[in-house]
Amino acid sequence: MAVFTVTDSLKQLIGQKEPPVVFKVEEGAIQRYAQAVGDKNPQHSDVEWAANSKWGRVMAPPGFMGWPISTGFNLFKLFEKLMKAGAPMGLLDGGVEYDFLAPIGAGDILVAEIMVAGIEGRETKMGPTMVTTLQSTYTNQRGAVVLVVRNTFLNF
Amino acid sequence: MAKQIFYEDIQVGSEVTTLEKIATTRMLVQYAGASGDFNPLHYEEDFAKNLGVGRPIVHGLLKRAWLVNLMTDWIGQDGTLRKLSCRYRGMDYPRKMKGFEDPMDGDTWYCKGKVTKKNDADHTVECEIWVENSKGEKNTTGAATAILPSKAK
Repeated sequence: MAVFTVTDSLKQLIGQKEPPVVFKVEEGAIQRYAQAVGDKNPQHSDVEWAANSKWGRVMAPPGFMGWPISTGFNLFKLFEKLMKAGAPMGLLDGGVEYDFLAPIGAGDILVAEIMVAGIEGRETKMGPTMVTTLQSTYTNQRGAVVLVVRNTFLNF
Repeated sequence: MAKQIFYEDIQVGSEVTTLEKIATTRMLVQYAGASGDFNPLHYEEDFAKNLGVGRPIVHGLLKRAWLVNLMTDWIGQDGTLRKLSCRYRGMDYPRKMKGFEDPMDGDTWYCKGKVTKKNDADHTVECEIWVENSKGEKNTTGAATAILPSKAK
């Protein structure tokens, strides 16, 4: 067992921004997500109820966004790049940290900017492990930053 | 839906109302489709075995979504979730299906939380939150901050 050594080619990827992704928050996608996680709040599923709510539309549950690939971002391609630079092949989600800054609802158009915020070497029960932090910032059509997310991934 | 809670009703040590969940292989496929996370680790037996986790595991992100659901159910329509974080510390395994809708017997998960701090200035409450399985293992743990409506305003 040993601590994973972060190679120079991996270090070069820290701070690099991926090309921004623009996407529309769809009502049906919110409904399917709420159903899949078992969230019964009508704000996320009942169109008529939501139309009469204080928001006037179907709103996304917090956490609907914040997983890079739900924007259409190709997370696995990013990990292929990291693996080419020396990241181990095993990949697990280590955790997440959200700042919910403003509500997100059906019809919003968001720009997601994703970057590798940090790469560290550690030793875990899986063996030498590379810990990667991705930071994503979401801005809506009015120019407001609505969400900042830090995802942690473990490569082992 | 539960009735609205207010900042004044809550004390440090108050419990967040427990939310019960059952993960099934069917739910994992449904979640994969809804979230776009098609990592075979969550539905392909051999893939999971080769990665050393035994068999397909529950998405960490699904357990995270349950914790969001725990908080938003508790704070109600007039509460606002400001922050949430969680760490995945261990694997959880879904129940298999015995029919189109019915799962086999197996684990049940309990999403729980406790208030750790109140901030009078902005009516926020801070909570420790976790998902506990039937064996009492807390494989997903985290923290959340929410703004509650006040009776005073």
